[in-house]
Amino acid sequence: MCGAKEGGLSLDGVNVAKEAVIQGQVLRSGDEPVANAYVRLLDRSGEFTAEVPTSATGHFRFFAGDGEWTLRTLAPKAQPVDTRVVAATGSVAEVQVLVSA
Amino acid sequence: MSRENSLVTAQWVEDNLDTDGVVLIEVDEDTTAYDKGHIRGAIKLDWTTDLQDQVRRDFVNKEQFEALLSERGVANDDTVVLYGGNNNWFAAYAYWYFKLYGHQDVKLLDGGRKKWELDSRELTDELPTRAKTSYTAQEQDSSIRAFRDEVVAAIGTQNLVDVRSPDEYAGRLLAPAHLPQEQAQRAGHIPTSVNVPWSKNANDDGTFKSDEELTALYDEVGFDTDKDTIALCRIGERSSLTWFVLTELLGRKNVKNYDGSWTEYGSLVGVPVALGDEPGEA
Repeated sequence: MCGAKEGGLSLDGVNVAKEAVIQGQVLRSGDEPVANAYVRLLDRSGEFTAEVPTSATGHFRFFAGDGEWTLRTLAPKAQPVDTRVVAATGSVAEVQVLVSA
Repeated sequence: MSRENSLVTAQWVEDNLDTDGVVLIEVDEDTTAYDKGHIRGAIKLDWTTDLQDQVRRDFVNKEQFEALLSERGVANDDTVVLYGGNNNWFAAYAYWYFKLYGHQDVKLLDGGRKKWELDSRELTDELPTRAKTSYTAQEQDSSIRAFRDEVVAAIGTQNLVDVRSPDEYAGRLLAPAHLPQEQAQRAGHIPTSVNVPWSKNANDDGTFKSDEELTALYDEVGFDTDKDTIALCRIGERSSLTWFVLTELLGRKNVKNYDGSWTEYGSLVGVPVALGDEPGEA
């Protein structure tokens, strides 16, 4: 299996057909990747489900379940940003998160 | 124990980077995180290779633990300060592990690596050198480690606290959502276990909530303080963090961590499993 077209992180070895993937990139000032951000995945009730640090290119990925989720992004010297996203098994939801400069 | 004895702030760590007798140790789920940058002077413990037996599913034994710490240059009277990513999940696991083998002075960096990074404090890729020591461990303290038979016996009789996320507890997810979901074991939870996700212990920046907030959290779900408690999650690392809160911050007695956790229980033949958001009946 080849890696995902977008997202920057390889999906090699993961059976994407069985996963509800949420992935994307955290950016500052429009196009500058944020490598030291933390992205939290919150469920429908706002409860924490998972958290990942962003990669050197600002990318992150979750294996969620079907339904609505919220991404809460924390980055140094920036306010937390909440982003709604819908995930579905067998697809990859791409998200771009912009944090304040 | 208390917050003062078991927790240090990021500022305390920064002020004590050069203090003799203080050993910083990073333990991460992502075992490459340290190599990309760590707090100056910190050594690394790899939870998969350093702390686990490489053949059986179990911890390294007393002699192996002694050899490990001797080789890394940790002495019996050192103050060990643990920190890591994932809100200290694996640092708390190592904390519990150090207690299991009787290390006296262990502390967690409140907020772990995340708090340190969000504060924009310095990380380095320089590797420290420490002189070898001759470390002596105690026999494992069985009063803080639960095994599967006592977990099954605890159904309906002890406080069982499942600290996974609500979706894992209910059986809608099989693993934390930063990991692929395909797993061998069944989904769900141990009947009568209550779900207090580990994350309710912590603020967004990874620091622990106040003692008052933490006390209220466990009162709310009807924790019976007269009963013994077993904490579990998927592989025993998030439940180490809850064990830390209950034992070290709140001073509760008779709390055990079940490191077999759901990957063991959910694979056992013939044990009861509950699905959905309610604890279920014994």
